[in-house]
Amino acid sequence: MTHDLHSVERSGEHLEGPIENAIELKEVMGLSQGQIVRKRFLHHKGAIGGVLVLIAVVLLAFSSVGFRILGVDVPGWWRWNVTDLPQIVDDGDPSSAFGVIPWGIHPFGQDDVGHDVFALVMKGTQTSIMVMVVVGLVAMVIGIVVGAVSGYYRGWADQALMRLTDLFLTFPVIVVGAVLGKKFNHAAPWMLAAVLGAILWMTLARLVRGEFLALREREFVDAARISGAGPTRIIFKHILPNAMGVIIVQTTLLMSSAVLLETALSFLGFGINPPQVSLGWLVSNYQSAFSSRPWLFWWPGLVIVILALCINFIGDGLRDAFDPRQKKVPSAKAMAKADTKAAATSTSLFQRISGRGGAKRGSSR
Amino acid sequence: MITFLARRLTTSAIVVLISSFLMYFLVAIAVDPLSVLRSSTMPSAAKQQQIAHLTAQLHLDEPVIVRYFDWLKGAAGCTYGMCDLGTNWRTHEAVTSMLSGAVVTTLQLVLVATVLAVVIGAAIGIVSALRQYSGFDYSITFMSFLMYSLPVFWVAVMMKSFLAIDFNDFIQNGGQFSAVWIIGVALVTGLAVGAACGGGRGRILRIGAITALAVGALMVYANLTEFFVTPSSGGPLDLLRVLVFSVAIAFGITALSTGLRNRKALYSALTVAGIGAALYYPMLYFWNAVPASWPIVLLLGVVAMLVGIGVGFAWGGTERSRSARTAAITAFFVAGMLFLDRLAQTWYDYAHSSWVHGRPIATSGDSTPNLGGSYWMHTTDLLTHILLPSITLVLVSMASYTRYVRASTLEVLNQDYIRTARAKGLTERTVIMRHAFRNALLPLASVVPVDILFVLGGALITETVFGWSGMGNLFVTALHENVLDAAMGYLLIVAVLAPLANIVADLLYAVLDPRIRVDA
Repeated sequence: MTHDLHSVERSGEHLEGPIENAIELKEVMGLSQGQIVRKRFLHHKGAIGGVLVLIAVVLLAFSSVGFRILGVDVPGWWRWNVTDLPQIVDDGDPSSAFGVIPWGIHPFGQDDVGHDVFALVMKGTQTSIMVMVVVGLVAMVIGIVVGAVSGYYRGWADQALMRLTDLFLTFPVIVVGAVLGKKFNHAAPWMLAAVLGAILWMTLARLVRGEFLALREREFVDAARISGAGPTRIIFKHILPNAMGVIIVQTTLLMSSAVLLETALSFLGFGINPPQVSLGWLVSNYQSAFSSRPWLFWWPGLVIVILALCINFIGDGLRDAFDPRQKKVPSAKAMAKADTKAAATSTSLFQRISGRGGAKRGSSR
Repeated sequence: MITFLARRLTTSAIVVLISSFLMYFLVAIAVDPLSVLRSSTMPSAAKQQQIAHLTAQLHLDEPVIVRYFDWLKGAAGCTYGMCDLGTNWRTHEAVTSMLSGAVVTTLQLVLVATVLAVVIGAAIGIVSALRQYSGFDYSITFMSFLMYSLPVFWVAVMMKSFLAIDFNDFIQNGGQFSAVWIIGVALVTGLAVGAACGGGRGRILRIGAITALAVGALMVYANLTEFFVTPSSGGPLDLLRVLVFSVAIAFGITALSTGLRNRKALYSALTVAGIGAALYYPMLYFWNAVPASWPIVLLLGVVAMLVGIGVGFAWGGTERSRSARTAAITAFFVAGMLFLDRLAQTWYDYAHSSWVHGRPIATSGDSTPNLGGSYWMHTTDLLTHILLPSITLVLVSMASYTRYVRASTLEVLNQDYIRTARAKGLTERTVIMRHAFRNALLPLASVVPVDILFVLGGALITETVFGWSGMGNLFVTALHENVLDAAMGYLLIVAVLAPLANIVADLLYAVLDPRIRVDA
């Protein structure tokens, strides 16, 4: 990415105390912006945990019951399918404790007609993941376009688009989603997802606009304009890459709310309906069985929580990684080490940079 | 100021017009009142006739825009008290009469949930910020991530099972905690409070142990007195309990507001606590003589605070306004204690009345139908019904307040004036309560009004799960049953509330923060 030097400088300014400064600067010295972001992200335990769990869930969901892509059925390794009605074994009780060990024939149990709950939940997870991706993509594209146009061109285009954004923000998304879901709930799930994406782009558009308003005044944009670059080139080549951090973070957070929105709508009956399977519909369908067959209810909800939680953690990690002012608090050990080092070389590089002498530990923390 | 209001109200009116048109258009294409008829099995001629009849009745043959202006003509009447929002074509009930009860029901729920969420969320957020990067902070961060990721409907169904059914079973079985419960709850609260108080390991352990012992003692006390069956009978023991808690409140409020060093403030608060306890029996006679109602209760609350102010000034001294403030806050809580105790005296009658049958926490509905009895019965009934939906809403909306307040507190704590306050030797309590606290809460003024709309959306689900006949439930049912007018009634209210919430947010911020001017 371009213009990384600036953000490194900025990251120095906001630090308090030369020792922390030293540790921080040493970490980022000689790295490009992309490398810094990647490094920070990989060091964020929550985010990496989120990524790993999410990958595991995706693999499990798509490999177990199989899926259909471009008209081709890809079979899964799990013995039952969503439509199978095997004989009810053991009163439908789960054949495994907590769905983990031993795996058994119906690890998540069966419902009252015999459907295998594991197959249902996996299919519903596929739907949720698909909805999440489609909503994310649609909302990201709309948000970027609206935000970029109003932030770059300003003037009447900005006014019109921002009033439109305000208009969309008038109603809680779940209300608009319910109305649209009423219309689209018999269409294909990806259609519904695309429609939901069309009502979730507003916060992203506002943030992108803010970024564009700030970035378009910067020298490198002037330089590009003087070199003869057109608006399209400036927007896509010069400004957009610098606004990518905000966009990625916001899209991730938006995807987690998309999962919750779709399941909530399906729960209310305005989302995905049978024969398609949605986790929200499963919860709604089985809520009355909660006291007698709790497993019917537990697993769909738990998967929703896991999906949303993973994405939220990833979003948090990305935010920390992209934020140039984000400072990692060094451990006490790292501080002590840097302390002795600073004492040894009294005129270290960092004291010269910050212009402050003496060691100040993060006492306010 | 007036030009600001006029300008904002005009633009808001335009926004309401446009958004209501958009929603009318969307709902009109989404609902299909004829779908039931079309799929019915009646003979084709009769079917055609029915369809033609309904089409004529609902003007389905006219373009949407004509129907919108028709609807708007009726809705515009609301500005001069001639509301006509159409009728539900299935039941022939006027939408305005459907809404009138539902609005109150929903507002109750939304207000209770928002107030609780703000208070709890802000308190946790501030403590979390004060203990930044501690174990407590990290746990709170994790918890708020978890709450962000919770599906409301799933939590709501679980609440029904775990809180309502299990708690009712617990009461029916005599309301006795088992030893495992006592030890578990005591340890968890001890750990949480210890971690929240922070400090060295020794201090955390000490505070944690004291809290755990106190909580354990309280639970044993509840077991011995069968608190959950008869929480209060108006006897001397209950008076003693009110006294003990009032004194504890007096100490707590004083410690937070002026510090225990300020003797005059402490004595004022303690005096108020004493007055409250002394009024215990007189108040019982008072309620026997006067039929209670919300206006009387609220009036008494105000009177209590005035008495508190009077007591503060009576103690005098150079800082009497501080004593007055402390005493007034204490008086408010002590009066609340008296109110709760009076309410608790109806608990047994309520729980064992012929309407409730010993299972007080309700899982569905917003009130017990045909409930007889006094004001106290009805208030208890309201509380037992509002408990589950509001906890659900609080759980899902609290997380954002916690994060928000934590961030703003951290920002405030890094300001120069906080450093100045510390440097001039103020105690940490003064720095935090008088300098940081107020400024940290400032941004909430612009968030909360807008957030109420979000809670209104959440109420859609909670009302459906808990069977509340509020606006959200009305809207969901209307959409399911293809009743355009009823759905539009709800949408109109939301469409009007949204810009209003924004104006309120801006005004509130301008009032609280002198740096912001609405006229500029």
